Amino acid sequence: MHKILLAALLAGSALVSPALAADLRIGLQDDADVLDPDQSRTFVGRIVYTSLCDKLVDITPELKIIPQLATAWSWSDDGKTLTMDLREGVVFHDGTPFDAEAVKANIERSKNLPESRRKSEVKSIDSVAVTGAYQVKMMLANPDATLLAQLADRAGMMISPTAAEAAGADFAANPVCSGPYKFVERVQQDRIVLEKFADHWNADAFHFDKVSFLPIPDTTVRLANLRAGDLDMLERLAATDAAAVKADAGLQYAETVSIGYQGITVNVNNGDRAKNPFGEDARLRQAFELSIDRDALNQVVFEGAFAPGNQPFPPNSPWYDKDVPIPARDIEKAKALMKETGHETFDLEVQVANNPVQTQVLQVVQAMAAEAGFNVKLKSTEFASLLAEQSAGNYQASQVGWSGRVDPDGNIHQFMTCKGGINDSKYCNPEVDKLLDAARTSNNEEERKAEYDAARKILAKDLPIIYLYHPSWIWALDDKLEGFVPYPDGMIRLENVKFRS
Amino acid sequence: MLSYIVRRLAIAVPTLILVSIFVFTLQKLLPGDPALVMAGEDRDPAAIAFIREKYHLNEPILIQYAYWMKAVLQGDMGISLRTNQPVLGLIGDKLPVTIQLALMAIVIAFVIGVPAGILSAVKKGTMIDYVANIVALSGLSVPNFWLGIMLILLVSVNLGWLPASGYESPFVDPLRSLKTMIMPAFVLGTSLAATLMRHTRSAMLGVMKADYVRTARAKGVRELAVIIKHAFRNALLPIVTLSALLFGELLGGAVLTEQIFTIPGFGKLIVDAVFTRDYAVVQGVVLCAAAGVILINLVADVLYFLVNPRIRSTL
Repeated sequence: MHKILLAALLAGSALVSPALAADLRIGLQDDADVLDPDQSRTFVGRIVYTSLCDKLVDITPELKIIPQLATAWSWSDDGKTLTMDLREGVVFHDGTPFDAEAVKANIERSKNLPESRRKSEVKSIDSVAVTGAYQVKMMLANPDATLLAQLADRAGMMISPTAAEAAGADFAANPVCSGPYKFVERVQQDRIVLEKFADHWNADAFHFDKVSFLPIPDTTVRLANLRAGDLDMLERLAATDAAAVKADAGLQYAETVSIGYQGITVNVNNGDRAKNPFGEDARLRQAFELSIDRDALNQVVFEGAFAPGNQPFPPNSPWYDKDVPIPARDIEKAKALMKETGHETFDLEVQVANNPVQTQVLQVVQAMAAEAGFNVKLKSTEFASLLAEQSAGNYQASQVGWSGRVDPDGNIHQFMTCKGGINDSKYCNPEVDKLLDAARTSNNEEERKAEYDAARKILAKDLPIIYLYHPSWIWALDDKLEGFVPYPDGMIRLENVKFRS
Repeated sequence: MLSYIVRRLAIAVPTLILVSIFVFTLQKLLPGDPALVMAGEDRDPAAIAFIREKYHLNEPILIQYAYWMKAVLQGDMGISLRTNQPVLGLIGDKLPVTIQLALMAIVIAFVIGVPAGILSAVKKGTMIDYVANIVALSGLSVPNFWLGIMLILLVSVNLGWLPASGYESPFVDPLRSLKTMIMPAFVLGTSLAATLMRHTRSAMLGVMKADYVRTARAKGVRELAVIIKHAFRNALLPIVTLSALLFGELLGGAVLTEQIFTIPGFGKLIVDAVFTRDYAVVQGVVLCAAAGVILINLVADVLYFLVNPRIRSTL
């Protein structure tokens, strides 16, 4: 009797202690929203998808498009047909095979699901034709140079058509994709748990049995969790903690300049609040820009971890216009420009989101601009209100940023064209429109670069947005992790990441 | 007694209706457009229009309220604008977490606050009294978020005794649940303990001067029995009242504590919902919290009967 009991106990303990489980715990700054690539809109959601859902194409750290589920692609001469060859032998987490029909169903869902947030991203696709079991042709209404970059993000994430059909808009409760990890559970505001998908086409490159994403908004607490061993890595370390992490032998530090930017959007044409000298006379905006020392700003607020910038693309981007470098601070020139416009001093109200970091940025700007004669008044508001005021035109200038897109078009077109969807300054210049419209339809990179450069030269004078800096994505990792590669889109790609043996 | 409870519950109905109107109108006064927040960074006009349509944001506020009330009365609190999960389910998930935190905090507050209050009343004017008062004053003055972060740094990072944050249900892993909750409960409990200590002290001081305490002493009753049986039992009444009031404070404190320790409870739910303008969640949570406070006050009133027989005769 005792022997049986002992045997049962032993068998039980063998069951509860799995052999060397490799579990990875990642601390996120926020909780993700709906876990449906077609419906979601948060940055952290995309971090989760990177492990959960494969895309048609992916990017390199240098932002080149590379194969993922599509192995090869080609454009027709008129730029209106994109032919994609698909990877064979791929299955979704529910066993549904991945093929051309699945791609067609996915693109159509992105276009037609009433709740879809991807509509504008796949707008240029007129229809998808299945031209083979593993080949699709996307027919476009007009040439669209940005499409591949869109397909390297949520619009290109492939979900199981069987699961999507069954769940409809409730897909998020149990998302089924084809990524290296599959969905296990989600406790809102607490954790999202994924486990290894053994049938993934590239399963050998993924080394964890389980990946948990834990939203911990407070940066200090997030770091404390990493130090206490409750996390293995975290995203968006506060720049002010960078020195401490670098000095800690138990931790690793990783950073890369992001494709996003932060700047000051000026109301130049959005309703009555634009009717003031700062909105109407570009020379005042130039004076304001000349009063700012972007390097000092970066040093003071971000301990030098970010990248100063004066364009929608960071200085290390191939799209950066080197002919328009970051202007050096020049108070005398700023004062001279102000004098030209008939002002010794100028009162300016800038709205800013009421978080400590953005407030500090603006306080530094405020102090710098004061030396040129600007009396900057900060209007600190909570972000939702800031956005509403900005969109309604009820502001003079507003400190706001953009998380950035892989294709350069995503960082500039919708802000700078007359009918741009998020052009809150309502800047409108037909010449700029012409250049930016042309740049988004050409598949020739040199031509595009020339067009962006030409637009840049106009925009650097008109300054509807005064770009300040490009945030860096900063990660802190436990020292026992190896193989992590920082990407400028801020995603965490777990391919070849593992614990040191 | 039963009729009293029924009467009290009847009064609760108009209170809850008033609360629902307040919540609904007040959050409409919040600046910022929920559709704009929900639409994400791209602010696609089609998406904004869809959201306005789906959540009746285009309708006049009265109609919106009617839609909501109608659904609530049918037991449907709507779905979260952010994650598409049903609000009632969310509340059902989060409420037990906060109740666990609150109960543990109350226990800690009582264990520390009441004996400290009795002791400092009995030893009035001595060193013990002064020390207890200084500790209580520091407990009241030290902000939760500071104490929380300091404890995390000390206990989790430096000593490695407890997890720095997170949550586990007691039904899944009781030990880990206790480990994750003890620090936040302590942070939340200590500030309450301070209030409790000061009230216990003053209530005890009042009672200690009463005739019946003097009589008990004159009869030769042991000092400990005088304090516990004669004095403390009579001092308990204001403490019970206070505890009910403290429950509201506890919910408020839980908001902050849950934020620091990343506990997926009620408080974190409402803070996140306010910032993302997740109206349905804010409304549901506030309504439930109001119902909770009303219920706790009712329980406190019922406890009066049990603690003090004199009140029973006045009804």
